Amino acid sequence: MQFLDSFVQKLHDTFIEGDRWHYLTDGLKTTLIVTFFAALLGIVLGFLTAIVRSTHDKTGKLTILDLIAKLYLTVIRGTPVVVQLLIIYFVIFASVNIPKTVVAIMAFGLNSGAYVAEIVRSGIMSIDGGQFEAGASLGMNYPKTMLYIILPQALRNILPALANEFIVLLKETSVAGYIALTDLTRGGDIIRSATYEAFLPLIAVAVIYLVMVVALSRLVGLLERRLARSDRG
Amino acid sequence: MIEVENLEKCFGSNYILKGISTVIEKGEKVVIIGPSGSGKSTFLRCLNRLEQPTAGRIIFEGRDLTSMKERELYAVREKMGMVFQHFHLFPHLTIRKNITIAPVKLGLMNQEQADQKADELLKKVGLSDKAEQYPRQLSGGQKQRIAIARSLAMNPDVILFDEPTSALDPEMVGEVLNLMKELAEEGMTMVVVTHEMGFAREVASRVMFMDGGVIVEENEPGEFFRNPKNPRLREFLSKVL
Repeated sequence: MQFLDSFVQKLHDTFIEGDRWHYLTDGLKTTLIVTFFAALLGIVLGFLTAIVRSTHDKTGKLTILDLIAKLYLTVIRGTPVVVQLLIIYFVIFASVNIPKTVVAIMAFGLNSGAYVAEIVRSGIMSIDGGQFEAGASLGMNYPKTMLYIILPQALRNILPALANEFIVLLKETSVAGYIALTDLTRGGDIIRSATYEAFLPLIAVAVIYLVMVVALSRLVGLLERRLARSDRG
Repeated sequence: MIEVENLEKCFGSNYILKGISTVIEKGEKVVIIGPSGSGKSTFLRCLNRLEQPTAGRIIFEGRDLTSMKERELYAVREKMGMVFQHFHLFPHLTIRKNITIAPVKLGLMNQEQADQKADELLKKVGLSDKAEQYPRQLSGGQKQRIAIARSLAMNPDVILFDEPTSALDPEMVGEVLNLMKELAEEGMTMVVVTHEMGFAREVASRVMFMDGGVIVEENEPGEFFRNPKNPRLREFLSKVL
């Protein structure tokens, strides 16, 4: 009983005392906002980059844009996301006063875009070349064929991979504390440093991430099964 | 309608077409036969510049295709239909959308007009009941008939057929050939690469034998099959007939 009593006391000190649970809910809110908008930015950047890259591969055009895209992919995928975050906050926006949330969205969006780009590109490349030829033979130019024929098919093929990328992104935002942004992880850590009690706040943080990731993974699984079913007609 | 002058095509150092010259008149049904690797598909694909010719000229309706800017080329392709060996229907679209997407997205018709056109064409190819189905639900022969309907939706002046029955199960070849025969009787200009000698004999206004990247012999089908002059053509015919 004594153990249970002290556990309840610890729970109280960690989360209830001084309304500390607010650190977790506010942090969670920040984590979700950053993830959501970074995912949006990642999708836009990723699709643009992928279209530039695959257009260059298929037609030999857009050489300069393709070089920029390649540079972007190499730099982003070749350096740790924490370093990118720090550079964007402390170097690029050193003398500009913008909210940390926005900086985090930019950093994670920029990072995610590079991975989305390779997923989308693999999706475009997986579409049979005959589809491009069929579009062309009907008088549809490359952008029209891409938009109406290729991308809808590619998107369908890569939907599960894209969803997984955003699950990874959700977890990756946990390094946002490096620029003192109070996300979920940082929120838990603030409680830890206030109560000198590490176990409960960190486990709570882990459980919240886990629940979100498992729920999202379930959704992806559902989506995959739905797509597989409609494939069989 | 189509004038081909000294057309050459090479992939690296590998010459596929070694100087082809011919004129295809409006209403003609030209059937191209020849052994595999003779360049007949490449020749066909050069006609609408799916392959970029290495040298020579292709004049279509008075305009030089080979030197044309890409923007103009797409406008020309609207008038040159193509039917592929492997159909290349759009798997994510219904049969109706397969037929209507190009005319609608190119601004030639609104959706309503295109749908009406699609209904006519589906009736013509005998697949009216398939309008709302997807390509994967169709047999090979049905897919190819839809592919033909799709190219017809653009009101082309000529249709290029690239081995349209080679990927089909034998019992489905007939339905596709019958549809092509029907088109021929309606006066459509057709260029057909095929191994179907019966079709060549019956429908062609001219048969062309290609070997080694050149046109070895061409003639109207009666004379072509009865009295072949070139020894390579004789050998080829003795194998396939």
